[in-house]
Amino acid sequence: MTEGEPLVRWDWVTGHLDEIGQRLVEHVELTVIAVGVGFVIAFGLALLIIRRPQLEAPVTFVTGTLYTIPSLALFVLLIPYTGLSILTAEIGLVSYTLLILIRNIVRGIRGVPADVREAATGMGYAPRERLWRVEVPLALAAIIAGVRVATISTIGLVTVTALIGQGGFGYFILIGIQRFFSTELLVGAVCSVALAIVADGLLVLLQRRLTPWARAA
Amino acid sequence: MPAERGATVEFRDVTKRYADQVAVDRLSFTVPAGRICILVGPSGSGKTTSLKMVNRLIEPTSGAILIDGHDVLREDPVRLRRRIGYVIQQVGLFPHQTIAENVGTVPRLLGWPKERIRTRTLELLELVGLDPDRYAKRYPAQLSGGERQRAGVARALAAEPPVMLMDEPFGAVDPIVRDRLQGELLRIQGELGTTVLFVTHDIDEAIRLGDRVVLMRDGKLVQYAPPGELLAHPANDFVAQFVGADRGLKLLELLTVGGADVDPDTLRETVDPNAPRLTPTMTLRQALAMMLQSDAQVGVVFDGDRYVGVLTLAKIGKMIRSDA
Repeated sequence: MTEGEPLVRWDWVTGHLDEIGQRLVEHVELTVIAVGVGFVIAFGLALLIIRRPQLEAPVTFVTGTLYTIPSLALFVLLIPYTGLSILTAEIGLVSYTLLILIRNIVRGIRGVPADVREAATGMGYAPRERLWRVEVPLALAAIIAGVRVATISTIGLVTVTALIGQGGFGYFILIGIQRFFSTELLVGAVCSVALAIVADGLLVLLQRRLTPWARAA
Repeated sequence: MPAERGATVEFRDVTKRYADQVAVDRLSFTVPAGRICILVGPSGSGKTTSLKMVNRLIEPTSGAILIDGHDVLREDPVRLRRRIGYVIQQVGLFPHQTIAENVGTVPRLLGWPKERIRTRTLELLELVGLDPDRYAKRYPAQLSGGERQRAGVARALAAEPPVMLMDEPFGAVDPIVRDRLQGELLRIQGELGTTVLFVTHDIDEAIRLGDRVVLMRDGKLVQYAPPGELLAHPANDFVAQFVGADRGLKLLELLTVGGADVDPDTLRETVDPNAPRLTPTMTLRQALAMMLQSDAQVGVVFDGDRYVGVLTLAKIGKMIRSDA
């Protein structure tokens, strides 16, 4: 960092509130799309695994492998195909959500007590009705736990996508590094962390709202 | 409510075979409409398998099960199950639904209008002794074991099924609660006239609740009889052993003073003044206990104020031996 420069220049912060707001919107957009699309794909794959358990090993292998690819490398590798686009960013971000989401959805649905399942079948729930009205509601706690982890890690990863021009708060971090400007770097990092904490809190509230029975014991 | 809703349930040569093992072996018996039939036997005797073949949670290998003459195998399993009440030991209430929602499950599946479901739910909670104001909006986790089992019975009865299957429903509650639940099951069944098939491994429960008892061993029916006959005339040594060496005492529980051989010729004045006073509706077991406690060796039977006669220990003993 430059000699004599303070760690944070508050006048820069107050002068850039508009841009911070704009980056916030970007960051939230990238995250919501990634977790949303990731959830839809993960839910479909989880249902397949529930129906055909032999699919669990291959699906876990593929999503686990995706998860191990360094994010920076993945984004750069995709550029020749999808360019510096939001699509490039989302392909990477979605890939990283799958492992954790699939595992939690499968675990949640399998965790429904056997007696509840038997009672549901015995009373005349058709398999599809049983899934949507009994198994999925009871799996919600585990499912939302997975969404929380996926959301937090995606918010962190979005800072990396700044490198391919899809930055959110990552843009501040990138520019801060390039200009040796600690204020901008810190604003990017702190805002990203704050967003993760707020998002996690909102998901906790959502879970309480959706599972009122969990607090009734 | 009229006792007209029960259906006849007939097992016709039903066999269930797993890979190398026969779970149920050519089982045949008929439960008359509106009766409670208890399937009893040691573990592995095939009683639960038999029960689950009625609502097709398990499919028989061969044979037929008929409800009011209709073969269950010819029906759509989902539709069939909505017409058969089902209660299991762990209850299986839906933890994410309130008690009222749980009880309304089958009517909801059947598409009843909301108002009718609501009325029916309240009616059922009353029937099983759960005050709707207190319990309707609670979740299962907020209920005791006995209360949950009541809710389970209410849920099974919601759509007025002609047949109710119960798989060791009172196996997990303490003896005092079990005794009360058994009494209430008899009351409710008496009011509704539902045909009940009930699995237990507890012979005392079978004797108390059953109009008929199917005693099973290794997948086979060993004896099908009313409880009194099972106790008085066990078909073989296995039955005698299963009902217990004290089967004579158990039989006394089923017999009443009114049905006993009372000697009307002995004059009241000649009997020991300490002899206990018995009524015709008392069980012989109660009578015996009173007679033994009074040390009088006899009891005097009164129907209201009218002297009926004298009951002796010897006569009671004779009833156990021959089931007169």
